[in-house]
Amino acid sequence: MSSSISSGGGRRAARNDTPARAASGGVQPLLELRDLAITFSTANGDVPAVRNAHLTVMPGETVAIVGESGSGKSTTALAAIGLLPANGRVSNGSIIFDGEDITSASEKRIIELRGSSIGMVPQDPMSNLNPVWKIGFQVKETLRANGLPSGPQDVAKVLSEAGLPDAASRANQYPHEFSGGMRQRALIAIGLSCRPRLLIADEPTSALDVTVQRQILDHLDTMTEELGTAVLLITHDLGLAAERAHKVIVMYKGQVVEAGPALELLTNPRHPYTQKLVASAPSIASRRIESAKKAGVATDDLLAPAAARGPSLDKVIEVEDLTKVFKIRGNWGRSTDFTAVDKVSFSIARGTTTAVVGESGSGKSTVAKMVLGLEGATSGSIKFDGVDITTLGRKEMFDFRRRVQPIFQDPYGSLDPMYNIYRTIEEPLRVHGIGDAKSREKKVRELLDQVALPSSMMQRFPNELSGGQRQRVAIARALALDPEVVICDEAVSALDVLVQAQILNLLADLQADLGLSYLFITHDLAVVRQIADHVAVMEKGRLVEQGTTDEVFDNPRTAYTQALLAAIPGAGLVLPPEVA
Amino acid sequence: MVWYIVRRFLQLIPVFLGATLLVYFLVFSLPGDATAAICGERGCTPAVVAGLREQYNLDQPFWIQYLLYLKGVLTFDLGTNFSGRPIATIIAEVFPTTAKLAIMALVIEAVFGIVFGLIAGLRKGRIFDSSVLVLSLIVIAVPIFVLGFLMQFLIGVKLQWTNPTVSGDATFTELLLPAVVLGLVSFAYVLRLTRTSIIENVNADYVRTATAKGLSHRRVVVVHVLRNSLIPVVTFLGADLGALMGGAIVTEGIFNVNGVGNTLYRAVLNGDGPMVVSIVTFLILIFCLANLLVDLLYAWLDPRIRYA
Amino acid sequence: MPEPTPSPLGTAAPTAATPVGRTKRSSYPIEHFVADVDETPVRATDSTVSDAAPRSLWGEAWRSLRKQPLFIISAILILAVIFVALFPGLFTNEPPNENCLLENSDGGPAPGHPLGFTVQGCDILSRVVHGTQSSLTVGLFATLGVVLIGGLIGALAGFFGGWVDAVLARIGDIFFALPLILGAIVVVQLPVFQQNRNVWTLVVILVTFGWPQIARITRAAVIEVRNADFVTAARSLGVSPLGALVKHVIPNALAPVIVIATISLGTFIVAESTLSFLGIGLPPDVMSWGNDIFSAKPSLRSNPMAIFWPGLALSITVLSFIMLGDALRDALDPKARKR
Repeated sequence: MSSSISSGGGRRAARNDTPARAASGGVQPLLELRDLAITFSTANGDVPAVRNAHLTVMPGETVAIVGESGSGKSTTALAAIGLLPANGRVSNGSIIFDGEDITSASEKRIIELRGSSIGMVPQDPMSNLNPVWKIGFQVKETLRANGLPSGPQDVAKVLSEAGLPDAASRANQYPHEFSGGMRQRALIAIGLSCRPRLLIADEPTSALDVTVQRQILDHLDTMTEELGTAVLLITHDLGLAAERAHKVIVMYKGQVVEAGPALELLTNPRHPYTQKLVASAPSIASRRIESAKKAGVATDDLLAPAAARGPSLDKVIEVEDLTKVFKIRGNWGRSTDFTAVDKVSFSIARGTTTAVVGESGSGKSTVAKMVLGLEGATSGSIKFDGVDITTLGRKEMFDFRRRVQPIFQDPYGSLDPMYNIYRTIEEPLRVHGIGDAKSREKKVRELLDQVALPSSMMQRFPNELSGGQRQRVAIARALALDPEVVICDEAVSALDVLVQAQILNLLADLQADLGLSYLFITHDLAVVRQIADHVAVMEKGRLVEQGTTDEVFDNPRTAYTQALLAAIPGAGLVLPPEVA
Repeated sequence: MVWYIVRRFLQLIPVFLGATLLVYFLVFSLPGDATAAICGERGCTPAVVAGLREQYNLDQPFWIQYLLYLKGVLTFDLGTNFSGRPIATIIAEVFPTTAKLAIMALVIEAVFGIVFGLIAGLRKGRIFDSSVLVLSLIVIAVPIFVLGFLMQFLIGVKLQWTNPTVSGDATFTELLLPAVVLGLVSFAYVLRLTRTSIIENVNADYVRTATAKGLSHRRVVVVHVLRNSLIPVVTFLGADLGALMGGAIVTEGIFNVNGVGNTLYRAVLNGDGPMVVSIVTFLILIFCLANLLVDLLYAWLDPRIRYA
Repeated sequence: MPEPTPSPLGTAAPTAATPVGRTKRSSYPIEHFVADVDETPVRATDSTVSDAAPRSLWGEAWRSLRKQPLFIISAILILAVIFVALFPGLFTNEPPNENCLLENSDGGPAPGHPLGFTVQGCDILSRVVHGTQSSLTVGLFATLGVVLIGGLIGALAGFFGGWVDAVLARIGDIFFALPLILGAIVVVQLPVFQQNRNVWTLVVILVTFGWPQIARITRAAVIEVRNADFVTAARSLGVSPLGALVKHVIPNALAPVIVIATISLGTFIVAESTLSFLGIGLPPDVMSWGNDIFSAKPSLRSNPMAIFWPGLALSITVLSFIMLGDALRDALDPKARKR
């Protein structure tokens, strides 16, 4: 058993070596789901959300459920605390908490268990605190509802345990005065305030920046370890699950397809779905690239294919001292300057991919908007083939637009819901007066073919398509004008892991075929590792580091880049390069 | 917070000036003899016309006229009406009755609207919800004068539970039926607003989190669902107070209440122009104050606004 | 238990720089479970195309709409009201204004006069039937007017923002401070209107004081759509701002405007009848429900039916428009439309 694990997990070693614990075959599981089925009643009849799910959580153990959106992972976890939505019900099986079947328990009994026996840390820190009550009040009512002392000092203690500095005065603030990370700490404080034996953490950090995410998860780890709390962690990120959990459960379309020790699952996935997931998850893939490079194994097959990897001297875009200052209106009519982008310089070699990486508020999207010519620059220049586009007139700007096209993050927002697919892809041709109706239709067919969508899809509307398909349509539209540069603004961030991998491959293939240059705006370094030739790291409007992807990943020079790299989920995993 | 109130107050000034200017412009600058507008259909004697021209400074340029009028408004010197009584005195006389009526209507619509809306929202899709929804649609659809006459006829004339009309004293019991009629339409709006708001908030993430904390069902509903749902409702009620005071024309007419609305209506029928303009100005002022009240309530209810 | 796997570090021994593996080990034995692949088949990633006919958003709204009882009832009622307004002669043989005999004043139902008589001795049924037209005309054209004016102002304010928005919003606020009925009262008693009282001047008055509401709704809807990625995408294709507004923003901002416009059609009918009821709306010689209620007022106690019937017709008409608005809101709800 231990042979399948790379090296003893440092911090957990002490517990692992306790013989009494290790041999505790007779210990009762804290939570056990048996043959669980959950059904939602909708307007179109009953829809099964979860089928035959089974899992066990032992006392003090961290179990992660991994799955894509709609896999039933959150529903399963919510059922364990009796929080299914009103139209959902447990239609089969049992949920046994500490020997007691929750599915047949009274509402009163479940309320008793919530908080004091089973705690929860929800996903989105922005929406999970009531905006009209002070943080302290929201902690206090938790303590009081579970019969614990709830004086101001108790509240402050709970908050400071969760790593909130200056807790006593912070308790008197409202949620909107907290940053996202601080709100998540407050939610962790609430979840653990009554010392539950099981904590359900539903994507507790997916809404946060990676560096904050890392801090919060570390703190959660430490706290639950100290308190001996078992954790049921819900996540879409296999790397994060493997790093944080003893045991990983993989769910797919409402069923558990594979379960086992974290590393075992990574190194020896047996179910085809798990195998695909291990092969595609960016955090795992980027980890593997690093491992392979260390081992001196060729990494070409791990990297996305590209036309020319050799250094190209032909710069298609050169950005120099680009600056954007926004005026922010303050009180009493004063306005302050906010420098969103501060003297940023970088260039894109033709046929390659340059990634601009940063956390929220780093100014990376503003850079994208300026390069697209949608936002004027305050100063500096953007040269496209040597011509500064910041000084273009209306007519030249219109022509310039054919050469640079965007792809956006949200596949639900980037297509006009009123346009069918044909009209969507044809629009750029029509706007630029290219061809007649017949040749335009031919071109649309070709474009659909290029993004691997059937031409039968032309008459459909965006609401009938999946996220990945919409993103393909968005790519087809971007390619309609035969651009030279495509700006991908978080283009794969909203997609499920497997779809994300498909789209990344498609982008890479298109680059190879058409010689496209990409400007890739993203917060996700794992994705950058897979696709970018060149990386520029932005922090608070400034470009703090840039270089080839290898340089930046192998020898990050600034502390910020180092922190970003360390925060990639699964960064601590050591993976064999040959695993695929 | 102070900045917020000051800003909201400053924003109301152009609204007040603009609205009074609009009224003034409509009455004194549209084609036709301005004094004829003031005199209405009856026409005035030349002496009265001359007096009016002087009183309204009609020989002055328009802007001067307006500024002089504004000065009158700000010093509570609204001039005299057609029959020579000071308008300010008349308004001071009838306003308390209208205020009483409006506040009673407001209390009725708030209490019943919120309670019914809460129950309907929590039992979405059930029989109580559906029937209350249909009822509210009917209340909104049936014009207030039809409803008013119906209720006056049934309760006042047929059943004789109350007086069909209100005497000069305007006692509490006399005003009860008019207040119900006046508040009925807003009751339906409050109910629907509360219901929608409750349904939205019941599914809010923080409500689920509150439940997960181990709070009792009642506490979750009262402290988290209801408290947050009341924000739009209270905002509506504040704005409605202004509307109720001005919109009581029909109700006061039906029940013969001697209030602002009825006075305005009589002034319109008598062609008493100065009276009409003054009362409308007064109602615009009430509207602006009610809006300020709404802003204060909003800030009090929603901390996100307070510190904005 | 699974087969022991070869050490993952078999091919590459960790160097000093290699971070220590951070996977956790449990103190409890963990079984490696794999579900039967036949029972959990892996489907092709990302496939949703069905053979069903393509469905546009409007198509889908229509499909959900026609299943709603609220929509069916209100649509039938509205069609019936329109039919009556267009062909009043099919519903009554009595001319509404002639044959009014004072001896019939406030009379009850009689043969050929199922609803009785008004105070002037006219046939109530005939007056109610013939009154439909003016109420509907005022409602329809006032709605059309506010949608055009309010919609245009709201769309411009929302799309362009900045000072355009600030100026237009202030103007809207000023008109908002004068509620519909109050503003109408001020204007209606002016000689210009006293001399030209008819359906069209009333429409002008209602539009003058009614547009800010639609403007606010349109502005909010346009702002919501304005920042959508598909608008940015269109702009970066080279579509002009005005082109983006007309081709992408307005079609997507239309739903809430349609809902409010439907409801305000009912509101305008009420406003017309309220003004007529106050004696300052349509002139007495124009037949309308409001005028009939106004003239029946003095004899309320002796002949309540003279108020009841026009009141009922008015209420049913308004109710059907409000119900239609409600049904449309459900079908066009932007929250339900997202996916």
